[in-house]
Amino acid sequence: MRLSKRSRILLRVAVGVGLAFIYIPLFVLAVYAFNSSKILEWPPPGLTFEWFPKAIESTAKDAFWTSIKVGLVATAIALLLGTLASLAVARHRFFGRETISFLVVLPIALPGIVTGVALNNTFTQVLGIDLSLFTVIVAHATFCIVVVYNNSIARLRRMSSSFEEASADLGANTWQTFRHVTLPNMRSALGAGGLLAFGLSFDEIIVTTFTIGAGEQTLPYWIYSNLFRAQQRPIVNAVAVIVVLISILPVYLAYRLTREEGGLAAARGGGHERIEGGGVETEATAVP
Amino acid sequence: MSHRLANLFHGRPRLQVGALLAGPVGWLVVGYLGSLALLLIASLWSVNAVSGELVKNLSFENFETLLNEPVYRTIVVRTVAIAALVTVTDAIVAFPIAFYMAKVARSRGKAILVVAVLIPLWSSYLVKVLSWRNMLSGGGLIDWILEPIGLSGPGYGNTAVWLVMSYLWLPYMILPIFAGLERIPNSLISASEDLGASPFTTFRRVILPLTFPAVVAGSIFTFALTLGDYITPKLVSNNQFIGNVVFNNISSNLPFAAALALVPIVVMIGYLLVARKLGAFEHI
Repeated sequence: MRLSKRSRILLRVAVGVGLAFIYIPLFVLAVYAFNSSKILEWPPPGLTFEWFPKAIESTAKDAFWTSIKVGLVATAIALLLGTLASLAVARHRFFGRETISFLVVLPIALPGIVTGVALNNTFTQVLGIDLSLFTVIVAHATFCIVVVYNNSIARLRRMSSSFEEASADLGANTWQTFRHVTLPNMRSALGAGGLLAFGLSFDEIIVTTFTIGAGEQTLPYWIYSNLFRAQQRPIVNAVAVIVVLISILPVYLAYRLTREEGGLAAARGGGHERIEGGGVETEATAVP
Repeated sequence: MSHRLANLFHGRPRLQVGALLAGPVGWLVVGYLGSLALLLIASLWSVNAVSGELVKNLSFENFETLLNEPVYRTIVVRTVAIAALVTVTDAIVAFPIAFYMAKVARSRGKAILVVAVLIPLWSSYLVKVLSWRNMLSGGGLIDWILEPIGLSGPGYGNTAVWLVMSYLWLPYMILPIFAGLERIPNSLISASEDLGASPFTTFRRVILPLTFPAVVAGSIFTFALTLGDYITPKLVSNNQFIGNVVFNNISSNLPFAAALALVPIVVMIGYLLVARKLGAFEHI
């Protein structure tokens, strides 16, 4: 678009201000993790590295391993269910096919409190199960399915089914075709979906507060229950920096894996697939 | 064994679909949709005021309380008003960024900007709220910035909630608008220019009408996310929002929490119906 010099400058300023707005809080967080004072005045009176070793020695360490455990099991369940659903939708026609994408995205599209209360009610009042890590894992797996599903279906739609037909014509049975043709082509998409699911689980807090058992803590839950204590403040800030680093790493790796498909943008829910010509493009859209 | 199983599925597409869907549909329909249905039923239960035990008889008691107690009306109005304010703020802040990404930046700059917008989307929600809590505290960064011009920060309260929520959900608004702008062929803009329209006229008569559904699509996220958040209000204000009341009642009065959790669902259904009329669903 032809823009005057002035409007071009104005636009650049707006973008700069917007990006500053996005990144300043992350920067400030990092600085406070090194704050030598327990008071949150700005600028910090001095910098120190002492909070990180203290954070690693604190109870946050147990919470960290809990988060890893929850994330891994929830991701495994999401990988299985998300892949199965995507194979059904991409390779078969059946009644209700259009509603599957909607069904998969619902747990993450509805507000966290709704999913949280609904599952809490089912566990405690209907099934009579005490809240525990098991209930957190079930809850996390439920909203992680969508990231695996969206990555996987985007790949299946780009991948022509003629390979699978050729495999069947050459005498491979259903399982052999899946094992030797479909699966190898889906590997990086599933890797990306799994990484993103793990990232999503690793820093989820709202549904977690509704489904976690007494005495159990994931890392975000640890931050949440310690941040009102002034004494713990610097350690909480240091743990927060660790959480950001750990949750961005899988996202970065997933981005590398599916760069050409825009998987990262689409994966966070309702990725809108649009067929153009013959190729399928994935729209950059986001759902919480 | 795997051979025999594979042969069983061979040439039986219905059986294949059934096997593929049993797990995911069982989990999501029976488990998740079932839970939502049970939530609806639980909202009609009540709690015995003396013993605190759950009474599983159906009544509209909770909804009557919701409608008749002015405090809950205030909370619902406050939550919806902040959600609307956050949505408008995000639309205004997001549009120039999305426009620059889609129509001005060249390929490399565009790729960098997309990643720059996506990274905060994926970095921990709680940590971002925590950082704002730090910045908004007395003597924190916001006070420090405003001090030279004789002002002080808003402190904790509704303004802080509005600010932090606008921050949190901004990427959810940028991305749909960006995608919507990308869909407008450049030739359409050139045609408008060739016909003598000024950039402002082109923007107002061509670009804005074509991207409006995308803005509405983004607003679905900003609106829904604000309605359902209870951590942000707790961290940067002392005010109650719908989510806070739901959470506070979860162990003492689950039926009431369930009834209140239906409020955001009903509001969102209304919002989605309007959004669909405006063509936003093409952009999700």
